[in-house]
Order: sequence, then structure tokens, then C-alpha cells
Amino acid sequence: MRWMWIDQIVEVERGQRLVAIKNVSLAEDVVHDHFPTQPAPNGEQLDALPVMPASLLIEGMAQTAGILVGHANDFAEKVILAKINKARFTCDVFPGQTVRFEARIDRMDESGASATGQVSAYDHARQQYHDVGTVELMFSHIDQNMTGLEFPEENFVFTDNFKTLLRAAELI
Amino acid sequence: MDRNEIYDKVSDVLVDALGVDDDEVSPQATLTSDLGAESIDFLDIVFRLEKAFDIKIAQGELFPDNVAQNPEYVQDGKVTGKGLAELKQRMPHADFATLEQNPDVNNVAEIFTVEAIVRFVESKLSAAAS
Repeated sequence: MRWMWIDQIVEVERGQRLVAIKNVSLAEDVVHDHFPTQPAPNGEQLDALPVMPASLLIEGMAQTAGILVGHANDFAEKVILAKINKARFTCDVFPGQTVRFEARIDRMDESGASATGQVSAYDHARQQYHDVGTVELMFSHIDQNMTGLEFPEENFVFTDNFKTLLRAAELI
Repeated sequence: MDRNEIYDKVSDVLVDALGVDDDEVSPQATLTSDLGAESIDFLDIVFRLEKAFDIKIAQGELFPDNVAQNPEYVQDGKVTGKGLAELKQRMPHADFATLEQNPDVNNVAEIFTVEAIVRFVESKLSAAAS
């Protein structure tokens, strides 16, 4: 499995806003066994209801916003998720739906950035998007912050997996 | 904006950034020991203060950088006289009582009390007004 929680970058406004999508599939192991159901009135234990774990929606937003923050400096900085200020979800995301992550930079300087993300999901049966939640994140440019600590020269954040995604969106 | 208004806004910033209750915030409370701030929280606080007070805070202006790693300023885990003088000059808003009593480098963070942040914002606002 690859640690990729977005499939495609669909909109970019450099240094300001980036939108990515993820298609949630029943073939993904993570959607299974997440929430076991209560036994039915007849005592039958039904299978777990497959849903996209909210923690991985946060990760998807972190990848979306992280790319936005990295792109602002042409991926020269090692952008590390440093803090989840807030994450609030009002409904679940189910297999078959397409998650839309829209990240905006609130503040950014040499040390890092703060970003706010809106998560929504497209229900293909209803042919419409609905709100799923909000995530507020902080990123650290670690070379600028952890003074005295040495990090590898190469950018280990934006690795080959990400480069494929970035190349497809013509960001690199 | 008077001191009480500044204090209330600073308190709101710290409640939001650090996830503490407002009754935990007092003028003498230190950001790290009392309110549990970690390194990234300092950047978060700077961003939130900029937004709340519509001011611009340069890197290293509110919280020092490159002091603990400088051998002139810190030796054998203790802040030197020169280091203390440098910190005092760079951080006139901070509270040096604890650090002067025990110059252990781990006490550097103790200079950041809620009161120190209020003093810093006050000086920024008066500089902007003049």
C-alpha cells in the first residue's frame, strides 16, 4: 500500500489555494471493519459498515495542504505536518463517493504555514456534493525551525510517489 | 486599545492555540510549563496574534531563535552572562526572573509568560500608532 490519500490535484492557485480529490473504493482495506454495527433486533451481527476513516480524511487534507505549502516555495522546503488545530466532521464518507479537499493558506512565513481545509464528498447517485467537515492544520519548514538538528539534504517529504501526483498536475 | 482589552484578546489566542481553558490563563502563567506549549505552538501563537491585532511579527521578534545553539550564549547547558544580556536586549517584553535565578537552558522558555506576550503586543501597537 502507498501512503497516498489523494488521487489527483484538480485546481491550483499558487500560494493560496489547492483542490485535490480522492475516490474512495470498496477495494481499500481501510474502509472495512472501521465501525462494527450493533447486533440487529434478531441478534444477527451484521458486517461492519464500510466508511472512510476520518483520521485518513485528515491525512488527505494534510497532503493537499502540504503540497500547497510546498509548491509556494517550489518544493525547496521540507514541509512537515506539525499540528492539527481542529478537525470537525459532520458526516461519514462511503465507498463510491469522491472526496474533495480544498485547502487554503491562512498565514505563511519562513518557519511554516497555517492552512484551513474544507472537506466535501460527491455522491454519484445523487449527483451532488455535500459538506463533510473542516480541518485546520499547521506545517513546519523543519530546516528553518529545528535549529541544531541536521536533516538529510534530499527532500524526503515530496518523494517519488508525490512527484507522480505533482507531475500529473504539472506542478513540477 | 487598553491593557485589559489586549489581555482578553491574548487570552483568547492562547485558549485557541493551546486548547486550554480560559481560567488556566493568568498573567504569570508560563506558556510551556503552565499552558503546555510546544515548539510549533509558538508559530501558531505568532500567526494568531498577527491576525487578532492586525500586526506583523518578524521571525525571532517575539520568541528568540538561534540562541540556545550559539556556544557564546549557552555553555554546559547554562545560559551565559552574554546570552542573558542578548536575550534581554532582544526580548525586552520577557520575564527574566526565573532564568536569572537558575540559568539552566531549559528555563529559557520560562521567560514567556502571558504578561510578557501582553507587553509585547502593547509595544507593537504603540509603535504602530506613533
